[in-house]
Amino acid sequence: MLTPAELEALLLSLKISSVAVLGALPFAVAAAALLARPAFRGKLVLDGLVHLPLVLPPVVMGYLLLIALGTRAPLGGWLLDTFGIRFMFSWSGAALAAAIVTFPFQVRAIRLALEAIDPGLSAAAETLGAGPVDRFFTIVLPLALPGIVAGAITAFAASLGEFGAIITFVSNVPGETRTLPLAIYTAIQTPGGEAAAARLVVISILLALAGLMLSEILARRVRRLTHR
Amino acid sequence: MSLEVALRHDFGPFGLDIAFSVDRPGITALFGPSGSGKSTTISAIAGLLRPAAGRIVVNGRVLLDTERGIVLPPRRRRLGYVFQDARLFPHLSVRSNLLFGWRRAGRPASRAEIDHLVELLGIGALLERRPGMLSGGERQRVALGRALLTAPEAVLLDEPLSALDHARKQEIMPYLERLRDEARMPMLYVSHAIDEVTRLADHMILLDGGRVAAAGAVSDVMARLDLFPLTGRFEAGAVLETVVGRHDAADALSELEFAGGRLVVPLVDAPPGARVRARVRARDVMLALHEPRDISANNILVAEVAGIRLDEGAFADVQLACGTTRLVARVTRRSVERLGLCPGLPIVAIIKAVTVDRRSLSPMGEPPAA
Repeated sequence: MLTPAELEALLLSLKISSVAVLGALPFAVAAAALLARPAFRGKLVLDGLVHLPLVLPPVVMGYLLLIALGTRAPLGGWLLDTFGIRFMFSWSGAALAAAIVTFPFQVRAIRLALEAIDPGLSAAAETLGAGPVDRFFTIVLPLALPGIVAGAITAFAASLGEFGAIITFVSNVPGETRTLPLAIYTAIQTPGGEAAAARLVVISILLALAGLMLSEILARRVRRLTHR
Repeated sequence: MSLEVALRHDFGPFGLDIAFSVDRPGITALFGPSGSGKSTTISAIAGLLRPAAGRIVVNGRVLLDTERGIVLPPRRRRLGYVFQDARLFPHLSVRSNLLFGWRRAGRPASRAEIDHLVELLGIGALLERRPGMLSGGERQRVALGRALLTAPEAVLLDEPLSALDHARKQEIMPYLERLRDEARMPMLYVSHAIDEVTRLADHMILLDGGRVAAAGAVSDVMARLDLFPLTGRFEAGAVLETVVGRHDAADALSELEFAGGRLVVPLVDAPPGARVRARVRARDVMLALHEPRDISANNILVAEVAGIRLDEGAFADVQLACGTTRLVARVTRRSVERLGLCPGLPIVAIIKAVTVDRRSLSPMGEPPAA
């Protein structure tokens, strides 16, 4: 049904998006928890930094990553020498780019969920002997779960569609960084590639539909788990 | 067993400056009009609010001493707190809610104690439910259980019934009475509803404008004329500590005996010999110079005028000494003048049995061992 190249692009897209979302999740929760607190010094700056990928063109984000993490850049070189981590032309670089670009989606959803939690519940947990960390994991996080899931789904969907940052940062390497959008772009650029592009477009649409339905089922499950 | 509280805090026009201690198990009411400082006080005791200055000691353990820089966080105070709005955790079952504090308590209640409390509160059938499925009264009962299972050294109740309608209040009252009778720790009960206080509490601390206006046995505080503007205008009245005497099943009446007389009331659901607290509203007490004949009222008590407080309006409150028991009658100033009421005057107090309804009676449990 699917050609090996199509299957490769599909699986790569899923892998990169999954790693991007799951990898960014803890940082997104931490950033959202910070931003949900009442005013503190540097809140505006943090808020701005978190939302920067949302307002910058993805190409700019990709270029910034290239400057910072290229093998000859100071940070990228250090990572390569010290840990042997190389993002250039690698799927992990694509995941990093997707994670950063979709980070604001996660933070916004989680922050809204955290702000909607009645602070009185945390006070009640405190009178029942729960310390700050205990309260965060037993009360705050479970109650924010619907928001966390919603944020992850949005970020996952956005990651699947990420093009500019990935192609700028880690280029278009078949089997390594060529996700569905990049494969479609490649097919369109190839003379006589319209049929291949059309097939990829259909795959994208089916993937999007399946994702939407799955996310709805998941959201319902979570809601039933946390409230009622 | 003791709870000692001294607090100063920036609050209202006069600030909060109070000191009191509770050294008995059972319910002590912290009563006063809204804005008198009740909620600020109880929040400070729990540690949810940090007062400008103060000292709080429970059973010799210092929870707060601003002079020595001691401020224990709420989780280390070992106090149970029942919030006005229950604050059950919506994502946890009733069972998990109940056990939330229990799991974190240093010396938690035993299994048998848990079972006993669940039965006492009548929440056994709710254990697997989510709080969202419970009625307001059920929620508050679970909240009570949750606070008590931490084996607290004192329990703080912040207007636990004020969010409930009348029917729910009546539903939960018996549970509170049973808890009170079994309690081995002080329970500080914040309320601005005098019927809750007279029904549940033995002792009360009366707050007004951030100060302690009075403290003592409910029957003593409630009989004081000078406190009448605070103890409630419409609902004000004396609280009598009585013992159930004879029941008359045919007429559905009971006799309540107290030092100085006997009160006939509609049938009481308590065996002869049981202690019952009865609230007699001042506006339900009529005065006469001579014993009336052929009158429908069942209670005609011989008393003596002990004090009179003239109101600015049409009313006057007359304190009566009926043996060692104090009653209060609210009459018009005109009647005071017409009858020539003055302290020391022998008088007859007339009380209709029907005015003492079930809401004004509450079982008191066994007398606390001295």
